[in-house]
Amino acid sequence: MLEIGLPHYLSVAAILFSVGIFGIFLNRKNVIIILMSIELILLAVNINLVAFSVHLQDLTGQIFAMLVLTVAAAEAAIGLAIIVVYFRNRGTIAVEDINLMKG
Amino acid sequence: MLSMSLLLPALPEIVLACSCMALLMVGVFRGNNVTRSLSWVAVFSLLLVGFILSSIQTGRMTAFGGQFVVDDFAHFMKWLVIIGASLAIIMSINFNEQEGIARFEYPVLILFAALGMFMMVSANDLISLYIGLELQSLALYVVAAFRRDSLKSSEAGLKYFVLGALSSGMLLYGCSLIYGFSGTTSFEGLATLFKGLGGAEPGVGLVVGLVFLIAGLAFKVSAVPFHMWTPDVYEGAPTPVTAFFAVAPKVAAIALFMRVLMGPFGSLIAEWQQVIVLISIASMVLGALAAIRQDNIKRLLAYSSIGHVGYALIGLAAGTEAGVRGILVYMTIYLAMNVGTFCCVLAMRRTGRMVEGITDLAGLARNQPMLALAMAIFMFSMAGIPPLAGFFGKLYIFLAAVEAGLYTLAIIGVLASVVGAYYYLRIIKIMYFEDPAEIFDRTIPREVKIILVGTALFVTFFIIRPGVVVEGAASAARMLLTG
Repeated sequence: MLEIGLPHYLSVAAILFSVGIFGIFLNRKNVIIILMSIELILLAVNINLVAFSVHLQDLTGQIFAMLVLTVAAAEAAIGLAIIVVYFRNRGTIAVEDINLMKG
Repeated sequence: MLSMSLLLPALPEIVLACSCMALLMVGVFRGNNVTRSLSWVAVFSLLLVGFILSSIQTGRMTAFGGQFVVDDFAHFMKWLVIIGASLAIIMSINFNEQEGIARFEYPVLILFAALGMFMMVSANDLISLYIGLELQSLALYVVAAFRRDSLKSSEAGLKYFVLGALSSGMLLYGCSLIYGFSGTTSFEGLATLFKGLGGAEPGVGLVVGLVFLIAGLAFKVSAVPFHMWTPDVYEGAPTPVTAFFAVAPKVAAIALFMRVLMGPFGSLIAEWQQVIVLISIASMVLGALAAIRQDNIKRLLAYSSIGHVGYALIGLAAGTEAGVRGILVYMTIYLAMNVGTFCCVLAMRRTGRMVEGITDLAGLARNQPMLALAMAIFMFSMAGIPPLAGFFGKLYIFLAAVEAGLYTLAIIGVLASVVGAYYYLRIIKIMYFEDPAEIFDRTIPREVKIILVGTALFVTFFIIRPGVVVEGAASAARMLLTG
C-alpha cells in the first residue's frame, strides 16, 4: 500500500504550478483561460502551504493559505471587472487581439 | 491583553486605513461632484500620516507579534511614498477634470495603494509582505484601467493585471517553499536560521524558493527579464497614473527587495548576489538601448525607468551599508526627476488634447522657454550630468559598487549611462534646435506649475545641501543592516 507523504503533495503542487505558467504563456485563445491559470498557480501554492503545515506540525502555513484564498478571491473579482471593461471597448477578449501597444 | 502601546508603531497605517474608508464612504454618498475636495482631503490625510509617522518615531519597534516593523529605513521610505502619492493626486486633479475622468475613486485608490506600500515597507514576515504587496497591486490594477472608456487604458490595466498576478503567484510559490524548508515565515526567524548555517549551503528547496521570491520582486520593480509589462502600462495609463507608477510603487518595491535580501537572506549573499548582478546589468543595458528607438515620450520614460532600476540594483548587489545608502539617495532623486518630467508631459496639450510624441516637443524652447528649461534640467539630470542631482545619485551607487569590489558592474553601469545619455540629449536637441511645431496650450494648472518649479529647484540645487538626504539615507541604511 502506497503511503502518501509530503513529496507527493509537493509534486502535485509543482505540476499544477507548471500547468498554470504554461497556460498563461501558451494560450492564444481567451483571457478567461489566463484567469483560470492564475487560479491554478494560487491553488498550487495553497497545496504546498497546507502540506508543509501538516508536515511541520505548525499552523502558520494554514493561516497563510486562508489569507491567500481571501486575496485570490479579491484578485479574481478585479480581474473579471477589468476584462468586462476591456470587452466593452474592444468587443472581444481573444488574447491575440490584445495588441494595441507594441514595441 | 492587547494594549494600545502594541498598536502604536502601526498608528500611521491605522490612520491611513481609516481615512481611506472614510473618504470612500463620503465619495459613495456624495458622488463625483466632490472629487476635487476629496482629492485635497486625501493629500492632507497623507501629510497627517507623515506627521504622525515623524512624531512617534523612536528607534526600532515591532507590532502585531513581530509581523510589522518600524525603523529609520521604513520611515525614510514611507516619506518617499507619501510624497509620491500626494504629488500624484495633486497632478491628477485638473487633468482628470479636463479628460472627463474626475471620479472620486481616484484619490481613494491611490490612498489604498499607498497603504499597501506602507505595509510592504514595514513587512517583517512573509505573510505581511504578501498582504502588503497585494493591497498595493490590486489598487494599481484598477487605476491603470482608470480611463475605462479608452481602449488603451483598459488594455494597460488588463496586461498589468495578468502579468502582476503571475508575478504574485511566483512570489507566493517562493514563499511557500521558503516556509516549508525553513519552518518559519518570520524574517527574524529566517535570519537566525541562516546565520546558524555558518556559511554552509542551504538546501535546494530554500534556494529555489529564494529564486522565485526574487523573480516576483523583480517583476514589481520592472527589472529585466521581467519588464515586458512596463512600456505598455506606462503608455496606456492616464499620465498622472503613469507618474505615480513610475515613482511610488518602485520605491516601495525596491524597499521590500532590500528589506528581504539584506535582512533574512543577508547571510546568503553568495546565493543571490550573482542573480542581482545579472538582473542589474540586463536592466541597464536594455533600458539604454531600447529607449533609443521610442517615439512616444511615456514609452521612453518607461524604458528610462527600467534603466534606473538597473542602477539602483547595483547598490543591492553590493550588499553593503554604502550600497543601501546609495539606493536610498538614488530613489529620492529619481522620485524628484520623474515627477518633474511627468509634469512636463502633462503640459503637452494642444487645442485641449494630449500629445505624447517626442517630435511634438520640437521648438519648445522658442514657444515656452521656461517649460523647455525645466524639461532640459530633468533630462540632463537623468543622463547623470554634474552638477545636477542625477549625477550624485549615480555617484553614490557606483562608489558603493567599487568599494564592494564589483568593478565590472560599475564599468558596465557607467557605459550604459553614456549610451542612455543619447536619448535624453536627443529630447533636448529636439526642444532647442528644431523648427517649432504648433504651440502648446498655455493652460498649465497652478499646482502642476508649483510641483514643476519645486522639483526643478531640488534637482538643480541638490549639490548645495546634499547632506539632508544623504544623512537620512545613511542612518536608514545603518538601521536596516544592524537591526
